[in-house]
Amino acid sequence: MTAIVVRAATLPTGERADLLLDDGMLQAVGSVDVPAGAEVVDADGLVALPGLVDLHTHLREPGREDAETVLTGSRAAAAGGYTAVLAMANTNPVTDTAEAAERVHDLGRAAGLVDVQPVGAVTRGLAGEELAELGLMARSRARVRVFSDDGRCVADPLIMRRALEYVKTFGGVVSQHAQDPALAGPQACCHEGELSGQLGLPGWPGVAEEVIVARDVMLARHTGSRVHIAHVSTAGSVEVIRWARQQGIAVTAEVTPHHLLLTTDLLSGYDPTFKVNPPLRPEEDVLALREALRDGTIDAVATDHAPHARHDKEHAFVDAAFGMLGLETALAAVRTAVPELAWADLARVMSFAPARIAGLEGQGRPIAAGEPANLVLVDPEARVTVDRDESLSLSRNNPWHGRQLSGAVVATYLRGQRTHG
Amino acid sequence: MKHLLSIDDLTVDDVTQLFATAAEMHDVQHRSVKKLPALRGRTVINLFFEDSTRTRSSFEIAGKWLSADVINISAKGSSASKGESLRDTVLTVTAMGVDGLVVRHAASGAAQQISEWVDVAVVNAGDGTHEHPTQALLDAYTLSRRLGSLEDRHVVIVGDLTHSRVFRSNVKLLHKLGARVTVVAPPTLMPSGVGAWSAQAGFTTSWDLDEVLPSADAVMMLRVQRERMQGGFFPTPREYTIGYGLTRDRLAQLKPDTPICHPGPMNRGLEIAPEAADAAASMVLDQVSSGVAIRMAVLYHLLAGEENA
Repeated sequence: MTAIVVRAATLPTGERADLLLDDGMLQAVGSVDVPAGAEVVDADGLVALPGLVDLHTHLREPGREDAETVLTGSRAAAAGGYTAVLAMANTNPVTDTAEAAERVHDLGRAAGLVDVQPVGAVTRGLAGEELAELGLMARSRARVRVFSDDGRCVADPLIMRRALEYVKTFGGVVSQHAQDPALAGPQACCHEGELSGQLGLPGWPGVAEEVIVARDVMLARHTGSRVHIAHVSTAGSVEVIRWARQQGIAVTAEVTPHHLLLTTDLLSGYDPTFKVNPPLRPEEDVLALREALRDGTIDAVATDHAPHARHDKEHAFVDAAFGMLGLETALAAVRTAVPELAWADLARVMSFAPARIAGLEGQGRPIAAGEPANLVLVDPEARVTVDRDESLSLSRNNPWHGRQLSGAVVATYLRGQRTHG
Repeated sequence: MKHLLSIDDLTVDDVTQLFATAAEMHDVQHRSVKKLPALRGRTVINLFFEDSTRTRSSFEIAGKWLSADVINISAKGSSASKGESLRDTVLTVTAMGVDGLVVRHAASGAAQQISEWVDVAVVNAGDGTHEHPTQALLDAYTLSRRLGSLEDRHVVIVGDLTHSRVFRSNVKLLHKLGARVTVVAPPTLMPSGVGAWSAQAGFTTSWDLDEVLPSADAVMMLRVQRERMQGGFFPTPREYTIGYGLTRDRLAQLKPDTPICHPGPMNRGLEIAPEAADAAASMVLDQVSSGVAIRMAVLYHLLAGEENA
């Protein structure tokens, strides 16, 4: 493996330093003499961040390889500056056994571009009725630590309680898609509010999310377990989480880039590109989410990258698939949405915190000698207009198409190997 | 005007013009030979993804009296369930060589989405719980034939507003025409966010029918769908009728000759008493006949082309 010297990068702290990457590790940070045969990368004007970690990715393999595969999703992730992604369990078949988890894990290793860490289903087949083999998934080669029925809420309070209790034994966490299915209704497809009333679209009220967040933080307190709230989308959820943290309850939370920037009024033209679950919310929720990310109430940014084949979006709005792409644009979208976040904060919310929540070793580590050489180089001045046809994802359901975002990922390194750029 | 997807597509001038054309078409209805050559050689497809007898027949008659070739396609059930995308279904139908699509779909926004995929004229014949613009046009046309100008007239719309495309189109059109509109429903059948919406769109809301009825210049009763009765939107049909039905007693509260509209099909005894449905002031059948005239006017304006304009 060739040594790489990254010259004059700006670190999240603001200092400038050379970085020596060799043997998968950061061998030196500071002023570096270029070893013989080393590749030199000029990073003058670029910011070096620890490799990003995504708590929430849909890679669609197995089952919908026409929309995304582990390989194409890994390429998109590397292009977005990620060195690790958690692959959600709602594939076909569902990741609800050790064997299924190992398969995803192995596909990720074979692709070799990011660490693909499978998320295990909480319940068998995501049916919400009986626990999946949580312990066997944890003990498998894939070392599953995050469990989620994402796409569906673990609605039954007793199942949720048991899951929280059970995953304690191996340091696991349940990532909840908080959405009361009774309050949301089977046809709900957007935020319930003034616009949905006018458009005649069945909506989810924010409270459908908030009642589950409230219930689950109380269950976490009762069981002494750790709960993670996926893609928080409302101001009310933020209030509940803030309160729970003040009580010392072990709750963590993530927010997506799209919920930090896009608002429900994008639905006025019935374009299913903007149909996502949880739905885009009004401005007041967006502002509360930004504030929560700044003050640490929300720990992490997670993409909820959700590729879909074109024809699955070319239905009437209520019939079209939920979800939007996010891996390649996440960092720039967050910088655009919350420009006041310092680089150190971005490293926290997009790398350190998600790696900690997921229990990933060797990810989300500081840029320091002796740490794994997982890095992303960012051009902070770049202004990029997103073109959905330039995506490395197999899908094109890109809500950022035509938007200008600030910042561009120049290169990504996974354990010293360049995976993008 | 390339499509008619929403009342938002229309200016007051457009409406005036449509009403004038409809008045001429109305005369045709009473001739023994009900045929105009205006759309000869044009093909209109009634593409109905949702069952409808009255709206489909009304458009069919309207097209035929204008000499268009009218074909009915029933494509019930979401195309998603058949494994075909809506876009593919619509492109397939359009590729046969049609000039206009009249679209009815159970999903809100479907007509608009379809209009973005095809290059022929699209008429929204009802999209989910969003809009039904020709219904609103025929309602306003019917009322204006009875009342003259609708300027400052008080129109009361009662019923399942949440799920009503008729309400959504009517409230927009009546406001455009200067009417004062009050919509009445229990809170469970009020659209979400109606408070902010009504303030901005110039209508008022009420939970109390008896309070608003005496000042009504026209009353529009909406159908209560059977499936709502099980949905927990109100406790029992009986309680709904007592609270929100146009009962015999309420009929007596109306000013004399106040026109009573209902888009049909009526649930007699639920939202409207037989005495009201059959009252001399009931406009229900006038609405149906106006419907043909309005749809003739709409098809004419969208499809007759420059040479006939």
